[in-house]
Amino acid sequence: MGVISRGFSGRRIGSDVKLPPGQYLTTDFPVLSAGPTPDIALDRWEFTIDDGRAVSGRWDWNSFRDLPAETFTADLHCVTRWSKLGASWKGVSLDIMLAGVKTNAQYALARSYGDYTTNLPLPDLLNGQAWIAFQFNGEDLAPEHGGPARLLVPHLYLWKSAKWVRGITLLPQDRPGFWESLGYHNYGDPWREQRYQGD
Amino acid sequence: MWRVGTVLALHDETASARTITLTVPGWPGHVAGQHVDVRLTAADGYSAVRSYSIASAPNQRRIEITVERLPDGEVSPYLTQQVAVSDRLELRGPIGSWFIWRAQQTEPIQLIAGGSGIVPLMAMVRSRASADSAAPFRLLYSVREPAAALYRDELQALSSRDSSVSLSYAYTRATPPGWTRPPGRIDDALIAETTWPASLEPTCYVCGPTSFVENAAGLLTACGHRPDRIRTERFGPTGGRK
Repeated sequence: MGVISRGFSGRRIGSDVKLPPGQYLTTDFPVLSAGPTPDIALDRWEFTIDDGRAVSGRWDWNSFRDLPAETFTADLHCVTRWSKLGASWKGVSLDIMLAGVKTNAQYALARSYGDYTTNLPLPDLLNGQAWIAFQFNGEDLAPEHGGPARLLVPHLYLWKSAKWVRGITLLPQDRPGFWESLGYHNYGDPWREQRYQGD
Repeated sequence: MWRVGTVLALHDETASARTITLTVPGWPGHVAGQHVDVRLTAADGYSAVRSYSIASAPNQRRIEITVERLPDGEVSPYLTQQVAVSDRLELRGPIGSWFIWRAQQTEPIQLIAGGSGIVPLMAMVRSRASADSAAPFRLLYSVREPAAALYRDELQALSSRDSSVSLSYAYTRATPPGWTRPPGRIDDALIAETTWPASLEPTCYVCGPTSFVENAAGLLTACGHRPDRIRTERFGPTGGRK
């Protein structure tokens, strides 16, 4: 619609790299959380995969860390408009964690310590698109960034990458998570700028 | 949907923070704690969008945002130094339905602000006043130094005419003359002295830079506040900084 802001030219940092629409480049790693950072002891940490009734996969910290992990780089896009490119992560691919799970479910709800939830189609967690990450830039993931472990689904806005994740519930029907129930987009593709409901 | 607002007034709150009052035709109203996206567009079509908390109480016609100028910011220098009365700005919102206070809430409210994190909490204090709410409010406001405090006179006036609104300051770098607590960040003693005890089950709203919010929210949970009664919002250059 084009209201020109007289005298505004912008700083255009990162305008030489391809970012999703409406995003700007940052080199720090901002923190956004709806509540306090939970204090999670590794000897009590647990990750489960269930269908809301029966548990089909369960790991404590040691058995989780015994799974084959990979180091990968990922671009992060936050709905609050910052993007961080090329961050180095280490984590376990959800392909590995879901490999032994037989399901007809089409949807997944990630569950976190502190009761945060976020929903996504199950196929978005498969085929090398999602990890349970526990290191960032070579160091243990800091609590405010979701440590000891967080879901990482870099192709969706970052609120889908649940911090402090403790499990995934597989569901036959979609069930909105925390932000998805509060006006944010159900799917959250940054390249289609799906920030809020109706986008 | 983007709306076009017109700048009605400008007011410098501190050396680096400016309040912009806008009239926005078609504005649907807002709830205290919500924010708006502001879009600036250059002559060649380049645009930049940032989110700003609404500072004013709900009103059908106009909103106020208070913008802190960031030294290396892209949008805040323009909004605090270049925008003039009667300029037009593109706005989207209001946005957010978690970090909000509604006038129907009657439980005790604990507000804890760091720096410009006061802005959405000020909207709550103003909203309480304009709705004639009797909800007991306590605000603990941490600033670098006395001159950095936003809305000081208005907060003073609101708390002196209503005993259900109490106001405490904390200073991290420099204190006013005669202030007994040495400069420093909020600690458990100050929390115990100035905020609602957990036994009253207040809803707590904590807003500020990331390290401030981590510290304050951690102190609240440590003295027994349930995590699900603590709502946080990180504020700062890009939502906070590690």
